[in-house]
Amino acid sequence: MKAVTANRLADGRVVYLAPDGAWTERLVNAAIFENIEAENALASLGASAIEFADAYLIEVHTDGYPSGREALRETIRNSGPTIRTDLGKQAENG
Amino acid sequence: MYRYDEFDAAIVYDRVKQFRGQVERRLSGELSEDEFKPLRLMNGLYLQLHAYMLRVAIPYGTLSSKQLRKLAHIARKYDKGYAHFTTRQNVQYNWPALVDVPDILDGLSTVEMHAIQTSGNCIRNVTSDQYAGATAEEIEDPRPWCEIIRQWSTLHPEFSFLPRKFKIAVTASDHDRAAVRVHDIGLRLHKSLTGEVGFEVIVGGGLGRTPIIGPTIREFLPKKHLLSYLEAILRVYNLYGRRDNKYKARIKILVNAEGVDRFREQVEQEWALIKGSDLDLPVCEIDRIRVYFSPPVFERLPHESASLKESIQSDDGFARWVRVNTAAHKQPGYAIVNISLKPIGGVPGDATDAQMEAAADLAERYSFDEIRVTHEQNLCLPHVKKDNLFAVWTTLKQHDLATANIGLVSDIIACPGLDYCTLANTRSIPIAQRISERFADFDVQENLGEIKVKISGCINACGHHHVGHIGILGVDKKGEEFYQVTLGGSAAEDACLGDIVGRGLSSGEVVDAVERLVDFYRGERNDGERFLDAYRRLGPGPFKEALYANA
Repeated sequence: MKAVTANRLADGRVVYLAPDGAWTERLVNAAIFENIEAENALASLGASAIEFADAYLIEVHTDGYPSGREALRETIRNSGPTIRTDLGKQAENG
Repeated sequence: MYRYDEFDAAIVYDRVKQFRGQVERRLSGELSEDEFKPLRLMNGLYLQLHAYMLRVAIPYGTLSSKQLRKLAHIARKYDKGYAHFTTRQNVQYNWPALVDVPDILDGLSTVEMHAIQTSGNCIRNVTSDQYAGATAEEIEDPRPWCEIIRQWSTLHPEFSFLPRKFKIAVTASDHDRAAVRVHDIGLRLHKSLTGEVGFEVIVGGGLGRTPIIGPTIREFLPKKHLLSYLEAILRVYNLYGRRDNKYKARIKILVNAEGVDRFREQVEQEWALIKGSDLDLPVCEIDRIRVYFSPPVFERLPHESASLKESIQSDDGFARWVRVNTAAHKQPGYAIVNISLKPIGGVPGDATDAQMEAAADLAERYSFDEIRVTHEQNLCLPHVKKDNLFAVWTTLKQHDLATANIGLVSDIIACPGLDYCTLANTRSIPIAQRISERFADFDVQENLGEIKVKISGCINACGHHHVGHIGILGVDKKGEEFYQVTLGGSAAEDACLGDIVGRGLSSGEVVDAVERLVDFYRGERNDGERFLDAYRRLGPGPFKEALYANA
């Protein structure tokens, strides 16, 4: 399964494509796609290019957590630096 | 210190204005990300794992207190209350918003700072010895030459799109604190047999995926020819350096492919065309730049300070800090103070806004308003009266800046690694933290003496692992972090690359393995023998055995 991720253009924050086509800051709220659907979702993003930068696909479990080879990298992106748990999303999600 | 003239000021002012317009056009959709990315990179703005990252140049590592206070202010107002000092004497902010970056750059310009040429395939920030102008070892202050190179290389139209990035370091001491042999060009000021001062020119050193200790292509270059000779090297590189493969595009690959002799010939041929031209600065211009770096007005003091002696006798912690973190100054009665940014268990190179302000205040009050940034990710107050060392230490201690570990096993270089960096395969900071905690005992550390541990989270080697006495390279094995150890490297005057000793160790194994190496060294060393020297004497075999014992 896959999700679409990017960084928000204005402030660089990590975002994920939500089922309603908006961007969410929480991976658990992201749209989860089968592989081919994911490619299509990524390809159709062009129109909203002022909202985000550097969109790409990540592998996720069905429960919305990163999986596969880049799981650690994407977990850190989704949470914050492991050495500063007071920073990033991990500090905000309470 | 150097002060901007009207040209410098205009360049920076125009660039901020231009970038503000580019950001506006990107935010309005007029520029696509593909169009904008090279523009933001030309202004030091990267996109990292969590956010944008802004890299600000600190030319040859020299800062005034006003500049450091501005860096602190930016950290507090626009970032998350801290900044990260890098191995190239730059500073990085990890969380700036794109919309704020024009204002940040505007703020920097008010203190004569910028982020120009901190990214991209151009000549980057020129680095130097943090003890420049303060150590008795040096032949002369290398910074006027750094400044001359900075002016020559700033927006140099011919060298703004080189095959790859280009890094220059300059030193003027026998003891190399600027790692000149692992730069694209390393310059070492030295005296010829006739007593004339000139440059040894080292070309094609570097780390990354093809680590090379740079060969000397010219033993002696008269100082007045510096710019024409540099121009000749860059022209040869610009013409013949590879552009088809990013991993083979650095000048070290060209020098290696051509061979040192042929490369030298090409440079000399090119140089013959431009030697003595307008590129070679007239003496009056060199002198004009040199005036900016005139030594401060030191007091005439005795070598020894009675009050220092007294404080050393009454406070063991202070005595240790003086032994470990201060260095000899050329002026009697003064010392060079190193400020460690490596607290036990901390993040190497990070400083909070309050710490930067504290260092700035100390510099203003006690060090002729100067702070230096070191390539080993520490700070330095270059000119402190010995009489004032106790006061400086007391303040540093209040701000957790008095860790007495300069050059010791916990004074670790580590790249940001996978905690921040998009290129990293593994984390490096947590390994640094755990090694530092393992050797937290300062008696143990001091007894072990100089051990340089350097950690990189990927093959790009920002953590200089190839030249660590103990180098650690993070490698990804099917999604798991492993760490490959190299031994016996050095970035100093005895520069050499470490040996890869065997298979990678898991994150759980690596700290124990480092401790076994250090224990082995402690058992085998001769009196006063450094880790590196013991390794060179005994060879990799027994160290390898120690590394993998129990593993």
